[in-house]
Amino acid sequence: MRHYGRWVAAFVVFLIAGSLVRSVVTNDRFEWGVVGDFLFDRRVLDGLVLTLELTVCAMIAGVVIGIVLAIMRLSPNPLVSGASGFYIWLFRGTPVLVQLLFWNFIAALYPTIDLGIPFLAPDLISLNANTVITPFIVALLGLGLNEGAYMAEIVRAGVLSVPEGQTQAAQALGMSRLQTMRRIVLPQAMRVIIPPTGNETISMLKTTSLVSVIAYAELLYASQLIYSENYRTIPLLIVASIWYLIMTTILSIGQYYLERRYGRGHSRNLPKTPFQKLKSVLVPGHERPAITPEGGGL
Amino acid sequence: MSVTPMVEAELVCKHFGRNEVLRGVSLTVQPGEVMCIIGPSGSGKSTMLRCVNHLEQVDAGRLSVDGQLVGYRQEGDKLYELRENEVAQKRADIGMVFQHFNLFGHMTALQNVCEAPVQVKRIPKKQARETATALLNQVGLGDKLDAYPSQLSGGQQQRVAIARALAMRPKLMLFDEPTSALDPELVGDVLNVMRELAREGMTMLVVTHEMGFAREVADTVVFMDGGVIVESGSPAQVLGNPQEARTRDFLSRVL
Repeated sequence: MRHYGRWVAAFVVFLIAGSLVRSVVTNDRFEWGVVGDFLFDRRVLDGLVLTLELTVCAMIAGVVIGIVLAIMRLSPNPLVSGASGFYIWLFRGTPVLVQLLFWNFIAALYPTIDLGIPFLAPDLISLNANTVITPFIVALLGLGLNEGAYMAEIVRAGVLSVPEGQTQAAQALGMSRLQTMRRIVLPQAMRVIIPPTGNETISMLKTTSLVSVIAYAELLYASQLIYSENYRTIPLLIVASIWYLIMTTILSIGQYYLERRYGRGHSRNLPKTPFQKLKSVLVPGHERPAITPEGGGL
Repeated sequence: MSVTPMVEAELVCKHFGRNEVLRGVSLTVQPGEVMCIIGPSGSGKSTMLRCVNHLEQVDAGRLSVDGQLVGYRQEGDKLYELRENEVAQKRADIGMVFQHFNLFGHMTALQNVCEAPVQVKRIPKKQARETATALLNQVGLGDKLDAYPSQLSGGQQQRVAIARALAMRPKLMLFDEPTSALDPELVGDVLNVMRELAREGMTMLVVTHEMGFAREVADTVVFMDGGVIVESGSPAQVLGNPQEARTRDFLSRVL
């Protein structure tokens, strides 16, 4: 028999997978019925919406902060560049969970938020921190500011990937540094910036679950609220997991096509998409079959 | 002479770290003059060109364009470094064409040519587009307005780059080895555009290896080696009857 190693490996995998599936199906304590009951529960769906909202808002904040920080980091002014470096060092160097807790207890540090001109009119506007800093603001600050530090490095790599000649040509035409950045460099840096930003978005979607520690009713905390009432802990964690999986899957598919789009013009032969592969299998003769070496069939 | 020279360099020096690239270069380009700088690679010709529009900063010596110091402002005996936007303003009046074209890859030929007039000179878009179309027609690319740089040949890209520089209505054009990255059969088209430009009276400073072009078009040919000007004069003098051994040696290798 050819490829007996493959057969052995396949058998082992089948054995392990089979016993796992069997235990998942036969173990009553998974309570699949409860999972089904709560999958489309009002509170779970509300939590899902909040998770998506938070993901989008935190990513927008992160991208904007990241672009500003990256441009600052590349500034010839050492003070500006240093300030950006300090920010990145601080926010990448501490766990995001700790940052979230900090923002949650910011009122203990600054009971009022005063906006004004230093020394001249220090408190033009004075706000009570406890009323202004809602859980959503805390979540947004914690996740967005942290994300900004990571996005800064991604944007910086993208900017550095644009050839020096582009900047020189723009400068030679009399464009200012900011014009050059906005009109010439950033649009071309996108090819390098977009794929890792997709990764960050997927990662952000899952990281929003950390916000449950500050009692913001996103997907995980909504599930926790339910199981604290009915003690069906495992089924509700499964409900949350199913929704996370669905959303990350959708995002991954989006990212796949986005990367293909921005990879155009760089690799001549893009690999086929899964749909194109399926089509060439289902519709024989649609394309010339690949030449397979003797005996090496699928 | 009462006419202000377009470019006037006096003992210009420039070094990168320990490497002295320019060691006292003096030259004068009159308005309407075409000057070709020739010389072996590493002789400092490109650096000299880049100093003229302040892409490189001069370390010592004086360099002025149209009577104004490059990168500095003189008040009494003191020199003040110009601010970034002041430098940008001066660059807007000097066109530059690069060896590797450096067209903006995400823009069509037309957009490449319109970009600076609209962004820097604040010319209305419609008017900029008309001017750009006329310029692209002039360099023989009237049918490539909507082509992206990656869809153009090297020679076509370089002609777009020349149109892009001309769109700013420069008083001086700098060419940094404009044909060195081109396939031999594409060189002619670019040189024709440059020849036409010279005939119209554009002041041009051209770093080139095209001896035929220099002989035919240049008013002055400058031979540089080792960061200094070895010999300069009319094409007939420098190319036809070189006085210096180094010039003769270089010419014997390229001709």
